[in-house]
Amino acid sequence: MFPRPIEKSSRAWQVTYQGLVPLVLIMWLLPLIAVAVFSIKPDVDFTSGNYWGMPSSFEGVTNYSRVFFESDMPRYLLNSVFITIPTVIGAVALSCMSGFALGIYKFRGNLFIFFMFIAGNFVPFQILMVPVRDLTIDMGLYNTKLGLVLFHVAFQTGFCTLFMRNFIRALPYELIEAARVEGIAEWRIFWFIVLPLMKPAIAALSVLIFTFIWNDYFWAVVLTQGAESQPVTAGITSFNAQYRAAYHLMSAGSIVAALPPVAVFFLMQRHFIAGLTLGAVK
Amino acid sequence: MSQAINDQTSWLRRNRLTVTPLLFLLPAVLFFLVYVIFPIAESFQISFYRWDGLGEPRYIGMANYEELWTDRAFEVSLWNNMKWLALYLLAIPAGLMIALFLNQNVVGIRLYKSLFFFPFVISQVVVGLVFTWFYDPSFGLLNKILTGFGFDAVNVLGDPKLVTYGIIAAGLWPQTAYCMILYLTGLNAVDPEQVEAARLDGAKGPKMLWYVILPQLRPATFIAFVVTIIGALRSFDLISIMTNGGPFGTSRVLSFYMFEKALSEYGFRMGYGAAIAVVLFLIMLCFIAYFLWSMYQDEKGAR
Repeated sequence: MFPRPIEKSSRAWQVTYQGLVPLVLIMWLLPLIAVAVFSIKPDVDFTSGNYWGMPSSFEGVTNYSRVFFESDMPRYLLNSVFITIPTVIGAVALSCMSGFALGIYKFRGNLFIFFMFIAGNFVPFQILMVPVRDLTIDMGLYNTKLGLVLFHVAFQTGFCTLFMRNFIRALPYELIEAARVEGIAEWRIFWFIVLPLMKPAIAALSVLIFTFIWNDYFWAVVLTQGAESQPVTAGITSFNAQYRAAYHLMSAGSIVAALPPVAVFFLMQRHFIAGLTLGAVK
Repeated sequence: MSQAINDQTSWLRRNRLTVTPLLFLLPAVLFFLVYVIFPIAESFQISFYRWDGLGEPRYIGMANYEELWTDRAFEVSLWNNMKWLALYLLAIPAGLMIALFLNQNVVGIRLYKSLFFFPFVISQVVVGLVFTWFYDPSFGLLNKILTGFGFDAVNVLGDPKLVTYGIIAAGLWPQTAYCMILYLTGLNAVDPEQVEAARLDGAKGPKMLWYVILPQLRPATFIAFVVTIIGALRSFDLISIMTNGGPFGTSRVLSFYMFEKALSEYGFRMGYGAAIAVVLFLIMLCFIAYFLWSMYQDEKGAR
């Protein structure tokens, strides 16, 4: 293990280390802690200039309920859900299939198609912006959740295929050969043999894509406008325009917008990190 | 009749190893072509036209690119992109340092690791807001700390000289967290026997890190490099949220400038925007080529 395990060092250093870690953590998260404190302050604290002192009263409940009951925030949140969930399902479904095709079969162009997915996944979005916006308008899907979902599914398929293909590659190939000898149809091999083995990959990808799409901002402003279809990342800017200088409400709004991916991360941490660090270890 | 059906099924059966992958690939490839591959080609094409997004596009040859050549705002954006690329890479050593700091077995270390990773999970929009307040000249925490230590207050986001660095610092926060998690995973897989052997040979500290640990962390470093370069060139959210390109356009980068030109309220210039995007794409292409080449070498090795 590197660095040298702390258990083997002097008692004094061990104690120092255990005190140091939370201290560094607080410094690391300081900007976020500040926002969390803002979000439970009453508005008089801001008008009286008491930005960094103790809250003069605890107004967390008032602030958060105003976010939920007096603004468009719930709609934006709901939009985000209706954009994120279908995208996750679509991208994972498509990439299970494409990953299976690229991971199991040998055919000409296999590697070429695989690298096309990888390359497309690295592209800066901006080169897609004008044509994709145009295409979405032509299909009559501008400013709809569906338009956003279709694009996200397509774009995320690149990363997902890379992920799935590499995962399937690592499965024991003898399993598939044995099934073929038994005369099992190919689609049944996919459905009954490979898919059940892919559960960890599906879980990892789902949480990753959920976070990526929930946090997307660029495509939200390119393909949608207005509260009827914008997700919460784009909605937070109009929310902030509505409550300009009301820092307690803007803070509460930001925390609400940031919370779902955080919750998903903490609930599915193992899968999330497994997905994110795929390939970091050989 | 039954003979014909038999022929058909047997043709399918005989060719099932060709047909199945094609069918399984079809939906993904179709989506990807329509939404990713074709649009890239289309952007190249649009960059030779003058087009407001509504009327007829008019072919103007290289005029958009000639205009870029003399456009001061483009030059500023390009230069800022270079700053982003160079400074964003600091996330890699910073992430490694935090990972080394946290790679211990003490009580609660798992929770600490998750909390350190926190900034990556929240959206860049929220990171942007948080840092805008952090930098605020009148009440921001940064200036409270600076003035507390007797320094002058600075208006980071209002100062053309500082603004880009201020935004990059905000971007480094989640990116460092990402690199940290990559390295933590990598460190977990470091071969303990090699480390022990090196230790017996008297290697320790920086020497050990450089000659024994880092070579084993190569896959993690490669991924950290890939995601950091992509992140640097895609930077848009933070700029849009924190400064909207200002003050006086000094914090623009290509991706933001492109968006501004193509969809600004001063009239849509799709052709010009596409030309900027093409330049950005070509910069990225150098890196993409390198990434793909590295991955291809790995693939060949695997076969």
